[in-house]
Amino acid sequence: MNAILLTAVWGVVMMFSGVFIKSKTAPKYLAIAGIIIIFIANLLELNAFGIGVLHVNIDTKEMLNISSFNLSFLAVVFACTLLFFLLSGSDIEKVGDDVSEYFGLIFFVLCGVSLVSTYNTLLLLFIGIEILSIPLYILTGSDKRNLKSNEAALKYFLMGAFSTGILLMGIAFIYGGNNNGSFYINNLEMGEGPMPAMIAVGLVFMVIALSFKVSAAPFHFWTPDVYDGAPTVFTSFMSTIVKVAGFFAFVRLFENAFGKVQPQWQNLIVFITVLTLLIGNVTAVFQQSVKRMLAYSSIAQAGFMMLAVFALNNTAKEGLVLYAAAYSIATIGIFAVLIKMNDYTIDGFNGLAKTQPQLALCTTVFLLSLTGIPLTGGFMSKFFMLSAAAETGTRFWLIIVAVLFAAISAYYYFRVIQAMYFKEATTVVIDEKEITRGFKITLAIAAVLIIAIGIYPEFIIGWMYH
Amino acid sequence: MDIKAYIALSLTLFIIGIIGVLTRRNAIIVFMCVELMLNAVNLLMVAFSNMHQASGAAKALPTFASDAQIFVFFIMIVAAAEVSVGLAIIVMLYRNTHNIDVSFLNRLKN
Repeated sequence: MNAILLTAVWGVVMMFSGVFIKSKTAPKYLAIAGIIIIFIANLLELNAFGIGVLHVNIDTKEMLNISSFNLSFLAVVFACTLLFFLLSGSDIEKVGDDVSEYFGLIFFVLCGVSLVSTYNTLLLLFIGIEILSIPLYILTGSDKRNLKSNEAALKYFLMGAFSTGILLMGIAFIYGGNNNGSFYINNLEMGEGPMPAMIAVGLVFMVIALSFKVSAAPFHFWTPDVYDGAPTVFTSFMSTIVKVAGFFAFVRLFENAFGKVQPQWQNLIVFITVLTLLIGNVTAVFQQSVKRMLAYSSIAQAGFMMLAVFALNNTAKEGLVLYAAAYSIATIGIFAVLIKMNDYTIDGFNGLAKTQPQLALCTTVFLLSLTGIPLTGGFMSKFFMLSAAAETGTRFWLIIVAVLFAAISAYYYFRVIQAMYFKEATTVVIDEKEITRGFKITLAIAAVLIIAIGIYPEFIIGWMYH
Repeated sequence: MDIKAYIALSLTLFIIGIIGVLTRRNAIIVFMCVELMLNAVNLLMVAFSNMHQASGAAKALPTFASDAQIFVFFIMIVAAAEVSVGLAIIVMLYRNTHNIDVSFLNRLKN
């Protein structure tokens, strides 16, 4: 509850700060202060400091279900946002004139994230997804004079509104089909045996709509264009925090509402998982632009996260929170380096290790983590996902397929490492003035965090059973 | 009236909306088709609400049946918010290109 209230309030504070504060750099510090306050308030609700649960208690008629599991997920989200602000905050200032609005909109997105990770009724799922999406449409189009940004915004908006329509149709059918006439996801009375036809139709509609939101194939086609067209800082935010929040909503819905009829929809999810892994990994191989490659890589990683929806056991839930942390930190780090580059193609990274050895080393750690090399967080989270899939006891071939595609992903991640270390730079790859000491230190902390998650994942999982 | 008639009507409206989104090229018309989809859902929600009210299931939990009618208001409000953002995006695009054709949007593919 703390997180939902504070993110909404801080969004408004950021919006108004634009009226009273003329300085262009001040909003960044206000936003960092805000996210730290929200992070601490969230930890207080989780009772992480051992001084008792401190939270605003509002009777929501059980429309929200707040547990240590979703609070620990929110803690990961806020920590990643803090990292994002520290690394890329100064790049948000360069997007346009309305700096405080951009930060305000990011806080509204976080409010949506808090809602979709704690909802207990389909009404709040819908509202949460909308609160999360509408500010993103604006952020995508925030580079107003850039035609690519305009196109990305329009495409994202039309696709988003379309998927909202499908989501609502699914909700309507689930409401009509269950005998209780209830929107509460833990109170859907479906009877014994096969699902009623209306619930089945509703379920398929909801799978389609949520696949749109998390960009799982075959509903991923908007992703590369939108991620490519949006200002790079906001792509970084969209492809990490927003995407893992979508998965969290996905898992929450299927665990609570459709957990009992799991065998009946598992084939559908397996189909989406395999297709997402295939399309994401194979298409990423052919990309020349690193920004576009990361967009496809985010589709490929979504395939791995779909395994959590497939398995739906405790290991899957632990794995999802771990995956959220490892994937978000690594991708935010790579994007933070990418924004500083003069050229976004893979050749643009040529010889980075010569001029900026520390930056190249951190980027290497992030890329290794995304590939899933042992000792990094990416390995541990992929391991959790695969063991969750194994625990279901069916479809062992799915694990083999997932590992094979992870091997393919090594190809396109390693190309960037190869460019940084083994190729000679032909032009100036990076503007030295842009790289401050603070940026380097934050990047190093992110790299250390990735390795820490890989060696000792219990420090995140421990929160879930607080 | 039978609930099946309402389901048929709102599904028809919904499919007209989907076909419009997928085939029309004018951004405003695509936009209107999305609105048509949302209104098809509104109709279905209200019809289901009435169905649950009439059946015995809702009598045990009286508020559930009217929940859908509240839901419809939320859909309308969110749709209004979405319209304001969407039209702003279309205006922004028109200022730059003097065109609102969706098929115009393929520069990103390259």
